[in-house]
Amino acid sequence: MAEDKAQGRIPTVIADDVHIVYRVNGAGGGRGSATAALSRMMRRGKGEPRGVRKVHAVRGVSFTAYRGEAIGLIGTNGSGKSTLLRAIAGLLPTESGHVYTDGQPSLLGVNAALMSDLTGERNVVLGGLAMGMSQAEIRSRYQEIVDFSGINEKGDFITLPMRTYSSGMAARLRFSIAAAKNHDVLMIDEALATGDRKFRIRSEERIRELRKEAGTVFLVSHNNKSIRDTCDRALWLEKGELLMDGPTEEVLKAYERETGK
Amino acid sequence: MSDTTHDGGVALGTPPSADEGLDAAQLAAKYGLTVSGARPGLFAYMRQLWGRRHFILAFSRAKLTAQYSQAKLGQLWQVVTPLLNACVYYLIFGLILGTREGIPHDVFVPFLVTGVFVFTFTQSSVMAGVRSIAGNLGLVRALHFPRASLPISFSLQQLQQLLFSMIVMVAVTVIFGSYPSLSWLLVIPALILQFVFNTGLALVMARLGSKTPDLAQLMPFVMRTWMYASGVMFSIPVMLKDKPAWIADVLQYNPAAIYMDLVRFAMIDGYGSENLPDHVWAAGLGWAVLLGVVGFVYFWKAEERYGRG
Repeated sequence: MAEDKAQGRIPTVIADDVHIVYRVNGAGGGRGSATAALSRMMRRGKGEPRGVRKVHAVRGVSFTAYRGEAIGLIGTNGSGKSTLLRAIAGLLPTESGHVYTDGQPSLLGVNAALMSDLTGERNVVLGGLAMGMSQAEIRSRYQEIVDFSGINEKGDFITLPMRTYSSGMAARLRFSIAAAKNHDVLMIDEALATGDRKFRIRSEERIRELRKEAGTVFLVSHNNKSIRDTCDRALWLEKGELLMDGPTEEVLKAYERETGK
Repeated sequence: MSDTTHDGGVALGTPPSADEGLDAAQLAAKYGLTVSGARPGLFAYMRQLWGRRHFILAFSRAKLTAQYSQAKLGQLWQVVTPLLNACVYYLIFGLILGTREGIPHDVFVPFLVTGVFVFTFTQSSVMAGVRSIAGNLGLVRALHFPRASLPISFSLQQLQQLLFSMIVMVAVTVIFGSYPSLSWLLVIPALILQFVFNTGLALVMARLGSKTPDLAQLMPFVMRTWMYASGVMFSIPVMLKDKPAWIADVLQYNPAAIYMDLVRFAMIDGYGSENLPDHVWAAGLGWAVLLGVVGFVYFWKAEERYGRG
């Protein structure tokens, strides 16, 4: 154990046989008509109601992440990467299995808390509060966030409602708010590819900073280059199962061979 | 099962040694890791919630502002909407159906308006509560915060909406001859009690609605039935004087009727204590404490399960 400590191999996230199941209403086996729904209700026995369809998104994933690691999650669309991240963050309850973490992992992203009808200004405050920042913290970082987003470079846009922003501008502001907070265990879901070239370089730099401050980083991306650049270990998920877990280069090679890139 | 070709040790070039043989739970215990997303204790939960008070307030105010931000008249609708509502009820029940039996005309209009607004406060809190988790799954699945923040925030939004309605309420009351007096201060405790009651109810509905989104379809009918049974537009004792006394008692002691009566009693000169059931403040307090405590605990019990697909 002393030897482990010397090497700094302290686990920060342990996933133990994690299964995640989504239940989808209104996608049941029958037709969508009212009579079909009624007859389903009549036939319903014990156990799962028939109108509900289960989607087994993550099937028995186990791994241990250590402090200082940057882990890339790769896999085709719908392979369960984002779902797994949410489960690690404790935002999506597991069906069975456990996720143990050191502190509170957070997803990088505040999109859901922002309101397009409000001004950029109010969204900065709202987003910061939603991420758990204190009012004083937001006040002190407000200018930094606005400057980083570059929203005000072309005029006073921060006082306009966010619905008036172009999609690129909105994405930049969202990233700037989200990246304002430091995290223990940080999870980034395809966040690198936002905005124009200039902003992308700036945001990649910010992510590297966050990485340094964070204990462990998870990155979901379809951009193999950004995984190669940032991650030293990769997990390859396919159909909710962990196909491969190892050094980035090795896993990416196998993945690229499989997907024919 | 997973077909793991390497364990986690590869990144640093050395396989783990001392930790080998420990299963996940033992390893977690050894390094002090905790289950992600576990439910905190009741008091810890209350502390977390208190820590998020600025978020709760900011979220409720943001929702309120966003509501009318695309309209030309903007925030003026905060006042115009309840005013129009009151006009419709006056037209139908006051003029056409004449439900003002037993109430003098100068009392009936403020009676109706306060009734509509106070009931709307409860009604919209419940409706927002049902959708507060189910309608904000994106938020629940993206960020960490005590989930009770959402229903509480929505009730708070309705409270602020009610405060706008109060402008209309005060105007109508004054126009019909009840002038501001000390008794108006009683509105404050009455609304605080109602707010606690509403929040408790919203918490209960939020948990039910997160499991069964269909409730959002059902609730308008339940709420309308409740409204007609609570004497929003008529006096319960007068209308039910021929029926067995217990019916009127049940209707009068239902929380919506209690809170309406408390506000009416405080604001309308011609609506004296003879219209109120006995121990009305105790009843108002009882309902608030009951729903507040039960709702909070009931919601907290499922804290770790909100956000499940």
